[in-house]
Amino acid sequence: MRHFLDELKEGLSIAFGAIRANKMRSVLTTLGIVIGIVSVTLMGTAIEGLNRAFNKSIAAIGADVLYVQKWPWGGGQNWWEIRNRRDINMQQARAIEKNAETAKSVSPLNSTARNVQFGRKLIENAIVLGTDEDFLETSNVNVALGRFMTSLEANGGRPVCVIGSEISENLFPSESPLGKVIKLGGYPYRVLGVLERQGSFLGMASLDNRVYVPISRFFKEFRSMHGGGLSIMVKAANLSELEETKEEVRGILRKARKLSPKQQDDFAINQQEIFVNFFNQIGGVIAAVGLFITGLSLFVGGIGIMNIMFVSVTERTKEIGIRKAIGAPRRSILFQFLMEAASLCLMGGIIGIIIAFPLSLIIDQVLPTAMPVSIVVIALLVSILVGVISGFLPAYRASRMDPVDALRYE
Amino acid sequence: MAIIKFVNITKMYQMGAEEVHALQGLNVEINKNEYVAIMGPSGSGKSTLMNIIGCLDTPTSGLYELNSVNVSEMNDNQLAKIRNKEIGFVFQTFNLLARSNVLHNVELPLIYGGVNSSERKKLAKEAIDRVGLGDRSLHKPNELSGGQRQRVAIARALVTRPSILLADEPTGNLDSKTGDEIMGLFDILHREGNTIILVTHEADIAAHAHRIVHIRDGKVERDEKVANRRVVQHSAAVSA
Repeated sequence: MRHFLDELKEGLSIAFGAIRANKMRSVLTTLGIVIGIVSVTLMGTAIEGLNRAFNKSIAAIGADVLYVQKWPWGGGQNWWEIRNRRDINMQQARAIEKNAETAKSVSPLNSTARNVQFGRKLIENAIVLGTDEDFLETSNVNVALGRFMTSLEANGGRPVCVIGSEISENLFPSESPLGKVIKLGGYPYRVLGVLERQGSFLGMASLDNRVYVPISRFFKEFRSMHGGGLSIMVKAANLSELEETKEEVRGILRKARKLSPKQQDDFAINQQEIFVNFFNQIGGVIAAVGLFITGLSLFVGGIGIMNIMFVSVTERTKEIGIRKAIGAPRRSILFQFLMEAASLCLMGGIIGIIIAFPLSLIIDQVLPTAMPVSIVVIALLVSILVGVISGFLPAYRASRMDPVDALRYE
Repeated sequence: MAIIKFVNITKMYQMGAEEVHALQGLNVEINKNEYVAIMGPSGSGKSTLMNIIGCLDTPTSGLYELNSVNVSEMNDNQLAKIRNKEIGFVFQTFNLLARSNVLHNVELPLIYGGVNSSERKKLAKEAIDRVGLGDRSLHKPNELSGGQRQRVAIARALVTRPSILLADEPTGNLDSKTGDEIMGLFDILHREGNTIILVTHEADIAAHAHRIVHIRDGKVERDEKVANRRVVQHSAAVSA
C-alpha cells in the first residue's frame, strides 16, 4: 500500500513536471477537454433547470390532490372498456365529501367551452367550470377581488360566477367587474369575484381564461346530468398520507358505485405522479440526447489527449529506457503515463468548470437553475476517465518498450 | 565465488533480412570483488555482452547465472527486478533525469524497489555523500559539470547496494582529468568490496582493472591479468 502511494506520488510529480515543461502544448491539448466539460456541465445545468421549471408547474396544480375520473391519465389500457364505464356523478362526490376522513376538501368539477360576453365585448370559447365552494381550497388558488361562491350559492345553483384574471382584464379593462352581469353561452351570471393570476401550465392553455360557476347550475344550463361525467378533486389532509387517502376514496367510491369485490375498479384515481412519470420519461430522452451530443466534444478532446500522449511517449523514449534500466517494471511505466494523461484531463475538467460556472449564471436568467454539485463531481470523474481511456494505448506502448532500444534512442 | 557465469552464450539479431550473430558461444566467469574490463573494437559484440550482463536483454541460447540464479530465461518484469536489486549502471552519457534534482535521481531505484520514504532519503544521502556531492543534492543535472553528473550516476548505481557495478565507457564524455577522477572513484569503490565491470575500448581506461577480457567476433579472444595497474592518486579521486 505504501509502495503504491510512493508510486502515485512519483507518477504525479512526473506528470506535473511534464505538463509544466510543455505549458503551451498542455494548454492547447487540454482545450478539447475544457470545451467538452463546459458543454457537458452546461447541458446538465440546463436539464436541471428544465426539471425545476417542471416541478414548479406541477406544484401549481398541487401535488396533494387526487383526481377521481373516468379516464386514467397517461394513456388507457382498454379504450372500449373505459369508454363504456358509468359516469361519475354528484352522489358519489357527496359520498366522498361526507365519508372521507383523510380528505381535507372535495370539489366536483366539470368543464365546457362557451362564449363569454359583456356588453359588446366577447371572448370565444373560454373554459367554463362547474364546481362548489371548496374549489378554492382544493385547487389552492386565492381570490384577488371580491369573493368566491358560498355553499348556499353552490348548492342552490344561483346564477353567479367567479372569473379568471385574463377574462377580467379583457371584459373589464377600465371598470370593476364586481356585481356586473355577464353572459355565458347566452345565460346571465353575476360576477362575484376575480381569482389571482395563475399563469399557464407547461405552456398549455392559460389557467386565467376561465369562469367558475355553481356545479348544479352548470348541469342545468350547459350539460345534462347524464352526458359527460364528473371529475372529483380530493385534496389530502396530509401529503405524506396521500396513498391512504387514495385507498379510502377508492373504498368509498366502490361502495357508492356498488361494485362487487370481484369486479375491478371502473374509475381512475389520477394523481400528478403519472404526469411526473411521463415527464421523467420525456426528460430522460432529452437529457440522454443532449448529453450524447455534448459528450461527442469530450470524445474529440480525448482523441487530442491520446495524440499528444503518443508524442510525449516518443519524446521521452530515453527517459523510459533509463527508468527501465534502473528497475522500473512495466506496471510503473504504464501507471506513470496514465497519471499524466489523467492529470492533463483533470486540469481541463477543473478549468472547464471554472469557465462553465459563470455561464450557468447566464442560463439562470432564462431558466432558473443552479449548477448542481453532482454535475461538478461527475464532470471531474468523467474527465479523469477520459484521460485514463485515451492515455491507455500510449501508456501501454511505453510500458512495452525494449529497454535496450529505448536507451539507445536519441 | 563466481558472481557471473556465462556458458556458451549466443545472441542473434534480425537486421532487416540479415541475421547478425553478435555473440557466438561466449564463456566467461567473473568472481565477487573482481575489477574486470571488457575490451573490444566496435562490432565485436561488447555492447551486446554488456546488455546481457546488465539484464537489459536475454541471450538467444546459453546459460547466464547471476549470483547462482539463472536469469537467461526470465521475463521482462523479473529482469526489471534483477536490474533494480543486483545491477548498478553507469553510462557514458550519464542518463540522468533532467527535470529531477540530484537527490531524486539517486532515490529513483529505491522508489521502484519499494523502499519507504525515510529509509530512501537516508540511503540516497549516504550515496551522494559517498561520491562527494553532499552539498549539491538539490541541484538539477544541468547545473552540474560532466564529472559531477557522472558522480551522481555512480551514486544512483550504488544506492541499492547491487552485486555488480556495470560501467559502459564511463569516461567517454569527460576530459582526461575528470576521467581520472572518476576512475579513482571506481578504484576506491572496488577497494571497498564492490564488483566492477568496465566496458571500454580505451586501453588506458581498461588498465585500471585487475583483469581484461578481450572480445572479438562475439567470442572471448584473450583473458589476461593486468600486470601494471594504473592507480589514481587517492587525493585526486575525492576532490570533486
